[in-house]
Amino acid sequence: MTTDSLYLDHAATTPMLPAAREALLDGLAIWANPSSPHQAGRAARAALEDARARVKTALGWSGEVIFTSGASEALTLAIARCVQPLAAVSAVEHEAVLRYAAPAERLPVDSRGLVDPAQAALAGLVAMQQVNNETGVIQPLDLIGAAVRSAGGLLLADCAQGAGKLALPDADLIAISAHKFGGPVGIGALLVREFGMLRPDGGQERGYRGGTENLPGALAMAAALEEGAGWLAEAMRRRQRLEDGIRTCGGIVVASASERIATIGAYQMPGVSSAAQLIRFDAQNIAVSAGSACSSGSLRTSHVLEAMGVAGAGEVIRVSIGRETTAPEIDRFLDAWQKLAA
Amino acid sequence: MIYLDNQSTTPLAPEAREAMLQWLGGPESGGFANPHSPHRPGRAAAAAVEVARDQIVALLPLGGRVIFTGSATEALNLAICGSRAARIATSTIEHAAVLDIARASGAVLDELPVDRAGLVDADVPIAPGTSLVAVMQVNNEIGTIQPVAGLAARAHAAGALFLCDAVQGAGKLAPPEGADLIALSAHKLYGPKGIGALWVRDGVELAPLIHGGGQEAGLRSGTLSPALCAGFGAAAALAQARMTEDAANVTALWDIARDILCHWTLNGSAEARWHGNLNLRRAEEYGPLDVARLMSELGDIAFSAGSACASGSGRPSHVLRALGLSDMQAKSSIRLGFGRYTTRDEVIEACQRIESAAIDQGA
Repeated sequence: MTTDSLYLDHAATTPMLPAAREALLDGLAIWANPSSPHQAGRAARAALEDARARVKTALGWSGEVIFTSGASEALTLAIARCVQPLAAVSAVEHEAVLRYAAPAERLPVDSRGLVDPAQAALAGLVAMQQVNNETGVIQPLDLIGAAVRSAGGLLLADCAQGAGKLALPDADLIAISAHKFGGPVGIGALLVREFGMLRPDGGQERGYRGGTENLPGALAMAAALEEGAGWLAEAMRRRQRLEDGIRTCGGIVVASASERIATIGAYQMPGVSSAAQLIRFDAQNIAVSAGSACSSGSLRTSHVLEAMGVAGAGEVIRVSIGRETTAPEIDRFLDAWQKLAA
Repeated sequence: MIYLDNQSTTPLAPEAREAMLQWLGGPESGGFANPHSPHRPGRAAAAAVEVARDQIVALLPLGGRVIFTGSATEALNLAICGSRAARIATSTIEHAAVLDIARASGAVLDELPVDRAGLVDADVPIAPGTSLVAVMQVNNEIGTIQPVAGLAARAHAAGALFLCDAVQGAGKLAPPEGADLIALSAHKLYGPKGIGALWVRDGVELAPLIHGGGQEAGLRSGTLSPALCAGFGAAAALAQARMTEDAANVTALWDIARDILCHWTLNGSAEARWHGNLNLRRAEEYGPLDVARLMSELGDIAFSAGSACASGSGRPSHVLRALGLSDMQAKSSIRLGFGRYTTRDEVIEACQRIESAAIDQGA
């Protein structure tokens, strides 16, 4: 048994990119408070605004950027302070969004994990993921955004899993998290088309988010985004190899008929509980997960798989690959899978 | 540059930076995992978070737990909104974060006045029905140390919880005795920006503000950064180890600055204070001082006229006004903030140049 650690849990968090690490270390040296009017403070402010401009360029975003501590805070900020009240979310949202919605406000998904855009034609704020964190399914947000707008509503896109990999969807508000694309944990952002869509509540970030700004984090986020997503084509080939192997061993690919991001997949191993799989993979130093990291260990059935009507949801694990994942690593995982499934 | 603005933020301690490095790893290191993942690298990251938590807990009273947040502002939001207080009493010299949050919470607000020395009376009456009393440990603008133990007792006698904004005092002074909720910021104690904490006394119930993955026992969702936690923890441990030494350093610098700036009047109590804060106004007989001009003429000396957050607003400081200072007096005031890394030579040079520049203004 090889004992090297094999990390296949990139949906939970990603290793920091060297460029992001460099930027963060440089940023730690610019330690003055960006709100201070003295020279040192103004230099920190200039660096912060530079990071903001670079984030916008890298994302192709022409609206505003409000730095937050992460996507959870960005989503909370959007939902709590949007000028339009929350009208609907999808049933497969991350807990950070789902829990704000009453059961009647949760739009169902079909077996492919997709929302019917016609159902999203609602006035008010509609919150939806670009990429599902458990299955990798890509929601057709451009269609949904058009439907929401036709009804006079606003679309909040949770792009925690998609940002830095896919083009941003045509949404009014977008939440992103740096540590999902090779940046550091502790920094995220809420992108908003225009500030008028939010009620300010004072403090930094033009009155939309109080707290001294995490400048090293913002610089590292910009650097991570600038590394681009050219590796995704390679990741798609890795995933093909993974899924061919899983199918050969009798495994089932969840939502295989849907368009999915190359980095996240959910796989069922018939007859073996996901808890048992996790323990066995962990014993071989392979990091995978059952659903999101946040709900790991709860052993609740995944609300995502339940909403999609996946039979055998209790036997599904999530494998999420990253830019450094190699073909031999996929083979090592498949080897372990095969032994476990046998 | 001579940095005399340690209330606004502090330099990152080399020890804190070092502690962060191993958690800023790339794929080769394993030092990047999500601390909420149950797999092996996740558990190692979670262990680092818990070590850091213990280091911060050690700065605080017994019988409570530490919830990591993104900043002290967020910690104060969690405390004030999360306690669902219907009636809140705050001192008139609280940080804008506390005053703004209390106002935004929709609670009935009562103000606790300060005397000319910038101190709340420990026996101040608390209105019946008050559910939360918030008074800071050390004021960020004038450095006065509030009688928080007495105020906590008053709050408890009135059936209220006591929240202490200890951002300026944590790691420098003994923790506020009797508090139920204590807010801290890493970057004010030589740790990194982007992380704060709320200490919650056992048995105190709060409702979360940020929902999601349910981290921090459901009180604060969002992936924790092991690097930021480790930096905060190392900074806390260092502050505790150096508490006496750090205090002696700033007290010595304070004495030097007071000697050189003898034509200035101290704002706030000379005794009940953290000596890393020297808030002064030009003595009246020398005429008014243009602080903006002073700051621009001394561009390589970083000092301030009040809090960083309120900088540039042009409004006179609400803290100095609360002391009974006129607008003119408040606007003639400067804040010099000494810290662990401030040297004697820096203070001598800065103070001499401030004095000359004031004289050149005819002030």
